[in-house]
Parts: sequence; structure tokens; C-alpha cells
Amino acid sequence: MKPAFSVIFLTTLLGTGQGLFLALFTHQSYALFGLLPPQADSFYGYGSALALLFLAGGLVASFFHLGRPERAWRSAAQWRTSWLSREVIALPAFMGILFMYGASHLSGLDPVLVTLPGGLNINATFILGGIATALAFALFVCTAMIYACLRFLREWHSPLTVINYILLGSASGFTLAAVFSGIVAPSQTNFFGGWAIIITLLAFAGRSASLLRNARLKPKSTMQTAIGIKHPHIVQMSQGAMGGSFNTREFFHAKSATFLRAIKPTFLLLAFVIPLVLLALGMFTPALLGVAFILQYIGLLAERWFFFAEAKHPQNLYYQWRS
Amino acid sequence: MTQLALVIDLNVCVGCHACVTSCKEWNTSGSAGPLCDERPYQADPTGTFFNRVQTFEVGHYPHSETLHFPKSCLHCEDPPCVPVCPTGASYKREEDGIVLVDYDKCIGCKYCTWACPYGAREFDEKQKVMKKCTLCVDRIYDQSLAEIDRKPSCVKACPTSARLFGDIHDPESAVSQAIREDGGYALMPEWGTHPANHYLPRRKTKLNIHNDELERADNPLKVDGQLPKPGKGEPSMDDVSAW
Repeated sequence: MKPAFSVIFLTTLLGTGQGLFLALFTHQSYALFGLLPPQADSFYGYGSALALLFLAGGLVASFFHLGRPERAWRSAAQWRTSWLSREVIALPAFMGILFMYGASHLSGLDPVLVTLPGGLNINATFILGGIATALAFALFVCTAMIYACLRFLREWHSPLTVINYILLGSASGFTLAAVFSGIVAPSQTNFFGGWAIIITLLAFAGRSASLLRNARLKPKSTMQTAIGIKHPHIVQMSQGAMGGSFNTREFFHAKSATFLRAIKPTFLLLAFVIPLVLLALGMFTPALLGVAFILQYIGLLAERWFFFAEAKHPQNLYYQWRS
Repeated sequence: MTQLALVIDLNVCVGCHACVTSCKEWNTSGSAGPLCDERPYQADPTGTFFNRVQTFEVGHYPHSETLHFPKSCLHCEDPPCVPVCPTGASYKREEDGIVLVDYDKCIGCKYCTWACPYGAREFDEKQKVMKKCTLCVDRIYDQSLAEIDRKPSCVKACPTSARLFGDIHDPESAVSQAIREDGGYALMPEWGTHPANHYLPRRKTKLNIHNDELERADNPLKVDGQLPKPGKGEPSMDDVSAW
């Protein structure tokens, strides 16, 4: 498949935004049970604003993917069958609740709604955060299922796709949370940094598993099933158009095999190995956390490029001469 | 339920591209707007087509055959491109099974092409919407045309009648008979899309003539003919066989 830059930025920016919110709410949950010192409302509020900034960036990027962006509102119609439609609903819903969560923190409008028998006060922000957490995961699942539900693209058609979207997005979000707290609440940096290391390790494992799985995939469709001729030797002589067509542009990444081979270790280093080292060092020198986030984000862009380029569409059997 | 479809006879197709040009001519002139081309008279022309004829060489020379393979939307009975459409612009008609795109609803996200294993849909780079074969839906029901002309443009154009058009759910139709009796098959059956369009395979027409068929056994000139009698001194059957 041809990696579209709009979709690469859409998925990585959304993942970071969702991950950052999940990091903030994880902290708030720890603080509720007295496991961590509670932070000022502004910490959660401005953190939510930063997460919203990333989500808005993703939303803007998504419009560049559409041929007719002015009709984008129609895309919420088929939520019964289409994961893309479900994503279109989940994204603004998540952003809306996240906005209320942040606004509630910043404005101080945070009444105690429920008091649990143990004497724990459940605030409005906690309820909103809980809803937003559910929506963040729903959005991860929708985004990933857009790819995982296509059974012809076997590189994507796996539960690993969903797991990796959750882990990769959360990894970059928790790293960003470590950077953010390094600036705003330095005492909490190690909490976020620690979680960022754990999630980045899990994401490394998940992505490696999918790379191993995909390396062993055997194509289900062959030239024989594509045109229905039972002969072991079939060569395409003409593909019906000499100047190329939509099919030759949309489904090929048009880069050399060497480039594809080079990008894999590149993203493994940038998205996982180097950020892990920098996050560990960042426990002592917080300045490195910013570098860790930037490099990890670049690594995730490369990872997403590879995710698309790696998928081989069965229609390519009909377009073997890409002249 | 009706399921209109094409049946394409690969044994007859000569790869002349008449179906391609005829399809383009009809569908670029309709009320749905043109099928846009880019750089049509320059070095690398490209454009939107519903139908393409591809050519394959099967086998090693000299034991090879050239196969011309017309390829368009197969109007799957379980079309994977339809449920993924976020706007409902892609739909399959209940009444005749044709898979269509509503150009006024399409947002041009191209997700349907990812979901089609056959590469049957093409994005119109100028109108920014997805396009695909309509089985000439604006023609096959047009009462102002003579009944014989109410067929898809490609079917009418084919000089060798390699393209049949009809309802594959009607067991008496010509297309159903062709599929049933001439070994009609579907493309990429492994995905369970149940394409409505079928292809008829290449067939070798060989005449097997045995030596005893070279002469008529009941040739009246020979019926009364007598075998020559062996001479008196020649060996008899008892002399030459071991029974």
C-alpha cells in the first residue's frame, strides 16, 4: 500500500493525544487512592489542553486524506458497519469529554458527586475522566480496526494490529506526559517516565511480534486464483494502461526494497531502543526526556510508514508491470 | 432475487479493447459526468476507466498461450467494499444486485478500494470521488432504447460476443447456462466475496479421430466385398497361432 502522509500523521497524533490523556488520568487515579501526591488542577487542565492540541492536529491531518472534505460530515452515517464511521464518531466524542475534563479542572467546577463508603470523594473530573478513558480506548480500537478488519490485507488482519495501536499511542503519550511533568511538576516525572518505559517495552514486544508474524505470512491469493488459470507459470504482458492508473498509484509504495529493509531497523531504533535509553537516563537528567519524545515520535512516523508499505494488497497481482 | 452480471468467455476474447473504449465512451458522456483523464495527449496519460483488458502469457514458449483478460467490477454478491464505506455512498441495489457509488455522497476517502481485493474501483482524480462499473445502469433500463440495445455498452461492443449479460439467479438465462455448462468460475474464490461476474475458461477443441473411423465401415462399395481366399499351400490359422 502507498503510505499516505495524512493518515500517518492522523494515527500518530491521535495516539499521542490519547496516550497523554491516559497518562494524566492514571496519575489522577493514583492520587485519588493516595498513592501519589495530588497535583494542582492546572496540571491536569493544561495537560488536557496539550492532549487536545495533538488530537486537533490529527483531526486536521485527516481532512487532507479526503477528496471531498466538505462532505466529511456524511462519514458518521454508517456506524453500524464501518469502523471508519465509528472512528469519526469516537474522535469528537472523546475530544468533547476531554475538553469538559480539562475545563472542569481549570475552572474549578469540580463538585464531589459521590462519596464512597471508605470516605473517598469521587469528583466530577473523575467521572468525566472515566468516560474519557473508555472513549480513548474505543478510539484506539476504531482506528486500529479500520485496518485490522480488512481480511485481504493479511499483514493488518490480526489482533496484534489493535494491541499495537493501543501500545504505540500510549507509549508516545506517556513519554510526552513525562516531558510535560518535567516542566510543570518535576516531582512526578519519574512516575510518568517509569510507565513510559514499561509501555514502550510492551509496544516493542507487540510490534516485534507482528513483524515476525508478517514475515512468515504466505499470500492466499495467487496469480492462479486471480485470473483462474491453473498453470504454474503466468506472466503479465500488459496491464491495460501504459501511463499507469489509480491502481498502480494507490497500492504501491514506489520505494526500493533496500529502502523498505532500511526503514525497519530505523523505526525499531527510533521508536523503541533510543527512547528507552533516553527515558532511563531522563530519570536523572530530565532534559533528555524532550529528546526522547521527539525521537520516538519520528520513529513512530517511520513505523506507520512501514505499517502501510508492508501490506501487500491482492489487487497488485493484476498490476505487476507498473511502468 | 435478481443478480445482473457479466459472463466473460476467455476462450473467445481476442483482446481488442473494444469493450474498454465503448465503456469509456458511454460512461464519460452520461448524466453522471465525465470519467476524467489527465494528460491525455502527453507522454504519461492516465485516466479513470471502469473496464480494462489485461494480457497474460501462460506457460513457457513455445508451449505458451496469450490470454486476454477483461477486468471490471465483479458486482460481488457479498461485496466487501460496501460495508466499509463510512457515508453509505457505496451500496448494492436490492432489486438487481448492481453495486453502485453515489457520486454526490462520496467523500473520496478511498477506503472502499482498500477493501476490494480485485482493484475494481478507480478514483477520479479531478472529481475526487470513487468510480466503478455501473453495468450501464443508465442504459439497461432505458425504455427509449430498442430492447436489443438495453445491454451494457461493453457487451454491445464486443465483436466476438465474448461478453454475456444477464441474471445469474435465473437458471434459464443464457449466463446461468454458460456458467453451468461451460465451466464458469469466479475470481479469487478464497475471499468468499461471491463475485457475480463469471469467467469461462480457455477450452481446447480437439478432434479425436481413430484409424478405424477414417473409412466408413458401412461403405456400400465395401459391404459386399469378399476378402481374398488364401491359397491352398499357405499356412492356415492352426499353423500360425499357438492355441
